Amino acid sequence: MLVIKDLKASIGGKNILKGISLTVKPGEIHAIMGPNGSGKSTLAAVLAGRELGEVTGGTVTYYGKNLLEMAAEDRAKDGIFLGFQYPIEIPGVSMVNFMKTAVNEQRKYRGLEPLSASDFLKLMREKKEMVEIDSKLANRSVNEGFSGGEKKKNEIFQMAMLDPKLAILDETDSGLDIDALRIVANGVNKIKRPDNSFIVITHYQRLLDYIVPDVVHVLYDGRIVKTAGKELALELEEKGYDWIKKEVENSIMV
Amino acid sequence: MEKDQDKILNDVTSGEYKYGFHSDIETERIQKGLSEDVVRIISAKKNEPEWLLEFRLKSYRHWLTMKMPSWPNLKIPQINYQEIIFYAAPVQRPALNSLDDIDPELKRTFDKLGIPLGEQKHLAGVAVDAVMDSVSVKTTFRETLAEMGIIFCSFSEAVREYPELVRRYMGTVVPYTDNFFASLNSAVFSDGSFCYIPKGVRCPMELSTYFRINAANTGQFERTLLVADEESYVSYLEGCTAPQRDENQLHAAIVEIIAEKNAEVKYSTVQNWYPGDKDGKGGIFNFVTKRGICKGENSRISWTQIETGSAITWKYPSCILRGDNSTGEFYSVAVTNNHQQADTGTKMIHIGKNTKSTIVSKGISAGKGQNSYRGLVKVLKNASNARNYSQCDSLLLGDKCGAHTFPYLEVDNQTAIVEHEATTSKIGEDQIFYCNQRGISTEDAIGLIVNGYAREVINKLPMEFAVEAQKLLQISLEGSVG
Repeated sequence: MLVIKDLKASIGGKNILKGISLTVKPGEIHAIMGPNGSGKSTLAAVLAGRELGEVTGGTVTYYGKNLLEMAAEDRAKDGIFLGFQYPIEIPGVSMVNFMKTAVNEQRKYRGLEPLSASDFLKLMREKKEMVEIDSKLANRSVNEGFSGGEKKKNEIFQMAMLDPKLAILDETDSGLDIDALRIVANGVNKIKRPDNSFIVITHYQRLLDYIVPDVVHVLYDGRIVKTAGKELALELEEKGYDWIKKEVENSIMV
Repeated sequence: MEKDQDKILNDVTSGEYKYGFHSDIETERIQKGLSEDVVRIISAKKNEPEWLLEFRLKSYRHWLTMKMPSWPNLKIPQINYQEIIFYAAPVQRPALNSLDDIDPELKRTFDKLGIPLGEQKHLAGVAVDAVMDSVSVKTTFRETLAEMGIIFCSFSEAVREYPELVRRYMGTVVPYTDNFFASLNSAVFSDGSFCYIPKGVRCPMELSTYFRINAANTGQFERTLLVADEESYVSYLEGCTAPQRDENQLHAAIVEIIAEKNAEVKYSTVQNWYPGDKDGKGGIFNFVTKRGICKGENSRISWTQIETGSAITWKYPSCILRGDNSTGEFYSVAVTNNHQQADTGTKMIHIGKNTKSTIVSKGISAGKGQNSYRGLVKVLKNASNARNYSQCDSLLLGDKCGAHTFPYLEVDNQTAIVEHEATTSKIGEDQIFYCNQRGISTEDAIGLIVNGYAREVINKLPMEFAVEAQKLLQISLEGSVG
């Protein structure tokens, strides 16, 4: 579904992504790990269409389409969801109104009629239960006054509502206590199907105790320097990133 | 991305004015210019009693001694009062007994504006006084209201039929000496609405006045006088539009509200005068004095305004809280786009004990618009336990507009609690991207964010008008949406 080839991007003239290649198939969960500043969030932003900087090379193909040419909202309507590391507050806009607009825009894009108010509320109720989000959250303004954990849970709720084909979760686990972490992970596991895929960006192994990845990539200095099965995450947890850094430096020396 | 966003911001902030048409209606005008003779002519046209003519002349003579206020944060071009026509009226048959007597073109005009002059079912909850140029053309539901003792009619009729009431209250809240534009209005006012709610009556429907400027080169000077007797309640609305013209037109109105003991008045405005074109040509100068007095104990006056129109707005709907335990409220959304300017806010004068006031002002600036909040909270010496809460927010769209806040506090009583909060925000790129990422276009995102920002105020409007106001905000900022 998603094929990234030799993707390069820079921000303010500084090269951040230095040639990333990655293929995600339907039904797969990919974890991307790596130390701070390695380019994880930039990769997520480029895939979602936020033009913080410039794509300087490479291609991204999503179901045969050139993803980099699509507007951010079209990528979203076409099934790409980004779970934000820092979800944004929109004061005065209720979650109901926000989600209703988003869901119906997506339906319009797919040639479907907008949902009626009662069908929409029913959908909301279902998804709220599915991801165990406090139903009061849905009546408040988008992320306004939410705690860090509530914001992250709200991202998972929105993901459930929009039912994406590809969800990119950008450090959704950061700042979560263990209970919230479990709710977030359970949400992902319930949404997961054989025909959708996830890219889970994380710093720590602990999220991967709950969301079991098919593949783990280590991103370092703008490149994927190691790809392996889920056991790689455990190794990283145990040994930290230093040995990877050394490996990379040694290989450059050679 | 940034360029795109500028383009979209530019597109969405250059929506077209929908009410800019003008109607071909036979209009009677007097000579242009202002003099004692003109004041006398206006009074004579309306067959006014001697005392009212005296009031006008006194006002006119006082006006001659005054200067236009220079303190507002506005750039106001020189106004030549000798070039303005001070009285214009659609020509009608003398007695209007039924709807059929109204000029069909006039009726079409109001239909086009969405203001049915017939007492149709879908607006059955609203009684309308329609004012075009200098006169009231029709007041609906008068009989229904009269059964409850409620008087709702044009100002001219009130002068004829209820002279004692008019005389007792007119000028008691906004004296003819109050300010430059109030004096001008007191000299030349033409029509407007009058409303009296008797003791103990809750007005069962929304009362509303719809103002339309049609004739060219004229000024509109209406007066509204609203009296709520003890234990009564009324919710009142006003709306306004004007044709698109290249020259500026002056609108200088007065609204006076009197709330007696335990009375409650809600006054809502959706102001959509022609704002001028995108280069700042034309548009209405909206210089209005609105003030209410909470005369009796436990009385309450609440102002809600959605200001999207006019080239220049200068207006401070205020409350004098004289009765003990009385409450004043001011909720405002003011939009300035293109070259529009607004200097608007309120005055809350605490005189009685335990008086409370709330101010919520939301400014939205786009294009090259300049938006100022100016508010005075004054607590007098005997107003013990007075409380005020003020919140002034500004939202900026783009980087060529401006937002300004001028809060004044004068507190002469130690027991007063006065709070002021202010915020300024821009619609952030990150907010727009967040919406984009959920599949919402930038244009719709701006609409959502702006309406979310104004929600607290829009929620104060009566239902039918809240929807209207929401649409209006989208139109004045979004153009292609809606």
